[in-house]
Amino acid sequence: MNAPLRRVAISVLVLFTLLIINVNVIQVIRSDSLRGDSRNTRVLAETYDRERGSIIVDGTEVALSVPTDGRLTYLRTYPQGPLYAPVTGYHSLVYGNTYLEDVMDDVLSGEDDRLFVRRIADLFTGRDPAGGDVVLTLDPAVQAAAMAGLEGLTGAVVALDPQTGAILGLASTPTYDPGLVSGHDPAGIRANMDGITGQDPDPRLNRAISENYQVGSLFKVIVSAAALADGYTPETVVPAVDLLQLPQSTATLPNFNGSSCDPDQEQPLIDALTISCNTAFGQLGIDLGEDAVRDMAEAFGLDDEGMEIPLDVVPSGVGTIESEAALAQTSIGQRDVRMTVLQAALVAATVANDGVQMAPYLIDELRAPDLSVLEETEPEVLREPISAEVAEGLTEMMVSVVERGSGRAARLPGIEVAGKTGTAQVRPGVPDHNWFMGFAPAEEPEIAVAVLVVNGGSTGGDLSAPIARDVMAAYFEGRG
Amino acid sequence: MAGPVTDPRAAAAGTPTRRGTEAALLAFAVLITVAAQAIVDLTVTGALRPEMATFSVWITALWVVAHLVVRRFASYADPLLLPAVALLVGLGLTVIHRLDLAAEVSGDTASREDAPVQLVWATLGVALFVAVLVVVRDHRTLSRFAYTLALLGIVLLALPAVLPASISEVNGAKIWIRVAGFSIQPGEFAKICLVVFFAAYLVDKRDVLALASKKVAGLELPRGRDLGPVLLAWILSILVLVFERDLGSSLLLFGIFVVMLYVATERASWLFIGLALFAGGAMIAYQIFGHVQARVNTWLDPSEYYDGAGYQLMQSLFGLGTGGLFGAGLGGGRPDQVPVAKSDFIAAAVGEELGLFGLVAVIVVYLILVERGLRTSLVVRDSFGKLLAAGLAFAIAWQVFVVLGGVTGLLPLTGLTTPFLAYGGSSLVANFVLVALLVRISDAARRPAAQHAAPIRLGDAPTEVVVP
Repeated sequence: MNAPLRRVAISVLVLFTLLIINVNVIQVIRSDSLRGDSRNTRVLAETYDRERGSIIVDGTEVALSVPTDGRLTYLRTYPQGPLYAPVTGYHSLVYGNTYLEDVMDDVLSGEDDRLFVRRIADLFTGRDPAGGDVVLTLDPAVQAAAMAGLEGLTGAVVALDPQTGAILGLASTPTYDPGLVSGHDPAGIRANMDGITGQDPDPRLNRAISENYQVGSLFKVIVSAAALADGYTPETVVPAVDLLQLPQSTATLPNFNGSSCDPDQEQPLIDALTISCNTAFGQLGIDLGEDAVRDMAEAFGLDDEGMEIPLDVVPSGVGTIESEAALAQTSIGQRDVRMTVLQAALVAATVANDGVQMAPYLIDELRAPDLSVLEETEPEVLREPISAEVAEGLTEMMVSVVERGSGRAARLPGIEVAGKTGTAQVRPGVPDHNWFMGFAPAEEPEIAVAVLVVNGGSTGGDLSAPIARDVMAAYFEGRG
Repeated sequence: MAGPVTDPRAAAAGTPTRRGTEAALLAFAVLITVAAQAIVDLTVTGALRPEMATFSVWITALWVVAHLVVRRFASYADPLLLPAVALLVGLGLTVIHRLDLAAEVSGDTASREDAPVQLVWATLGVALFVAVLVVVRDHRTLSRFAYTLALLGIVLLALPAVLPASISEVNGAKIWIRVAGFSIQPGEFAKICLVVFFAAYLVDKRDVLALASKKVAGLELPRGRDLGPVLLAWILSILVLVFERDLGSSLLLFGIFVVMLYVATERASWLFIGLALFAGGAMIAYQIFGHVQARVNTWLDPSEYYDGAGYQLMQSLFGLGTGGLFGAGLGGGRPDQVPVAKSDFIAAAVGEELGLFGLVAVIVVYLILVERGLRTSLVVRDSFGKLLAAGLAFAIAWQVFVVLGGVTGLLPLTGLTTPFLAYGGSSLVANFVLVALLVRISDAARRPAAQHAAPIRLGDAPTEVVVP
C-alpha cells in the first residue's frame, strides 16, 4: 500500500500548493483592486480609527474629529457648519473627500511623508496615530461678513491680503452643512446628500474658484492698465461716443442703458472708467490693439492654466478675438472673457500692491499632531504685470470709481476705497452677473476684495459693492 | 514524507522517543498562543484582560497534561502531531477572542463570548484525547468494532435528518442536534467512525476489490460485482446531501472513501470510477437542488451576488486583499465584517490580520500535520493501521482543502469547519479524537519491533521447511 500512499501524500502537497497559489493571487496580485473596491469599507473605516487632523481658522477648529463610542472611533464634525463648507468640503464615509478635506488628506490623515517618522514612532510607543492640523489664513470676521452678504443670493466673495497673497475670506453661496454627510450612518448620509444635491444651484460648488464667469466691466481695469502702460495717463482724453459703430460690422456697441458718456463725445480716461463708459473702452481696445490688451490680461494671469491655493482654481481667460468688433466687445469684458472670483480679487490686489501680484494662499501652516510646525507658507511673488506708476494711475482711477462713479456703494467712512463695478451680460433672457472688485485703504492697502452675485439681475454697483463694503468694514473693525 | 523505508520492522532498538522535541515544540506553541492573545488585547482594548493569567495557565496545563499522557501511553508517538494541533487550537482561540472583542466594540450585544466556550471545548477535546490514548492501547483492537462503529456512524449521520427541523436545522443545513443550549454536529463524529469502518472493511476485502476484470485504455477495471461498496458510499453521500443539505460532509465522506479504496487496492481505476460517480452526482445535484446551484453560481461570480449569497465570500476576499502580504496585525483589521467569521470563515480573519504570511503559515502547519499522518501510515506495520492512518490524515487534508478553498473562492462554499481553528465544539472535540488515533498509530509505527512485536499474520508465518 506504500506506493499509492506516496501518491496520496504528493496529491495532498499539490492540493495545498493550489491553496497557497490561490491565496497569493488574492493577497498579492488582486490585493490592490480588492482593497480599493468601493464596496470594501475596511480602508475607509480604518481612517476613522485615527484622529484626523483639524482645520483651524484663527485658533478655532472649523473641522475636527471627536471620539465616539461607535464602531468607527472618530466622528468628523464641522462646528460652524455652512460657514466654512466652501473651503473645508466634507469627509464622508460614503462620498469620500472634497476641497481641503481632499487636497490636504495626506496631512489630515497622517499619511503625509513628513509625518512618516512619527508614524513609525507611534508603532513602537503604542501612541494612537493621529493626523496633522491645517491652519488657514482666513479671517473669521471677513468670512462671516462675506457669507452674510451673500445670504439668499448665489455668488462668491474672495478677500486677499494684497501684500502677501494670504486669503482672508473665501465664501460661496448657496452653502450646506458638511456635517450632514460626514456621519457614520451610511443610510442617513445618503438621505442627507440627496437633500443637498436636490437643490439648484448645487451648494457643494465653491463658486469662487471652481467656476469662472463673464466679468463685464471689471475687465476695463485691465484695458486701462494696458493704456497706462502704453503711455496714456488718467487725464488723457479718449473718444467716448454715444454709440460705437463696430468696424467691419453692422453691429453697434451701446453704453449701459443706451446713455451718453459725455456730451462732447470724449472724456478723460479716468472719467471713462469712473462711469464705466462702454464706447470709450471699446474704442480704446481697438486703438491699443489685440496684442496690447491680451498681453496685459495674460500678465495679470488670464489664459493661464489655473493654480492651486492649494485648492484647485479653474483657469480664467480672454477667449478668442476674431475681429476688431470682437476686440471692442472684449475690451468691455463681454464676448469670451471669463474670470474666477479669485482671479478678480487677484487683479485688485495686484493694483493695490504696486503692481506686484502675490501668489494667493489659503494655508498659513501645517502642524504635526504634537503642534510642531511642518511647513509654513512664505509669501511669494507670482507675477509683476504692471509698474508701480501704472498701479498708481489705476488706483487713482479706481478711487474715483468709488468716490463719484458706479461704485459709490462701496464707500467706507474714513477709509479711502478703490474699486470697479461690473455688470456682465450672460445671454439674452438671463439675469446679469453683478461684480465688484476693490481694495482699501487706497494709500496703503490691507485688503482686496472681489464679489460676484451670479445672475443677480441688478448692477455691480447696487448689489455687489455693498457686500464688498461690508466685508472690508468687518476686516477693519476686527483690526480695531 | 518518509524516506525509503525498506522494512519498518528493521527499526533498531534504541529509537529515540523524541518526547523532548515534542515538549519544546509545545512550549513554542503555548508561547505563540499567549503572545498572540496579549497582542489582541493590547491592540483592541489597550490593556491586558484580567482573565489573561487564568487563560495562560489553563492552556499551558492542557498541553502539559496531553504531553504527559503521550509520554506515558504513547512514548514513541510522532513528536510533531500534538504541537501542530496545539498551535492551530491556540491560534483559533486567539482569533475567536479577537472576534469577540470586535463584537463588543461594535456594541453587538446579541453575540456572546465564544472564546471561553471554545476553551471549554478544547479542554473536553484534550480529555477525550487522553481517554482515547488510555483506553485504546492498540489501534488494531478498533478493527474488532468496525461494524458497530459503522452502525454508529450511520446513525450519527442520519440523526439530524430524521429529527424535526426545529432541533436539527441551522441556516438551511440539517446537520445539528440542539439540546439544552448545546449544538452538536454528529457528522463530525460519524466521520471518524466511518473512517475506522472503511479501514477495517477495506483491509478485509482489498484482495477481492483489487481483482481486475478487463483493461480499458491502460486502466484495469474492477469486476462489476465489486462496485457495490463504492456505490453504497456514493448513495450514502447523496442521501446526506438530499436530507441534510450538507454539501461539505457529502463531499468529504465520498472523497475519503474513494482515496482509502485506492490506497487499499492500489488500483488507480477506483479513483477514476470515484471521479466519474462524483461528476455524475454533482451534475444531478446541480440540476435538482437550488442550493447547490446557488453555491456554484456564487462561486463563479461572487461579485455579481454581492447583495445576497456572494456577500460573505466578497467580504472574505476584501479582508484577504486588504490584509495583503503582512496583514493588518492582530486586532488591526475588520474581520468582523465577514459574516460568521468565527466558524466558517475563520481563515479569512487569519488572512486579514496576519496577512499572506500568516495564512500560508497556517496552511503549512496543516500540511505538516497531514504529511506526518501519512508518514505514520507509510511506516506502520499492519495494514489496518496503515489504512486507518491514511484515512484520518487524508480526512484532515481533504477537509482543510475544501474549507480553505471555499473561503478563498477556489471552490464553491460547502459549510465545513476548519479543523482545530474554527469555533465549534463538535468539530474540535471530534478532531481531537482523530489526532489521538493518529498519535496512537504513530506510536506503534515508531516503536522498535523488539518492544512491540508485530502480530504474526498468516501470510508472514515462517514456512516450515521440511527436510526430506
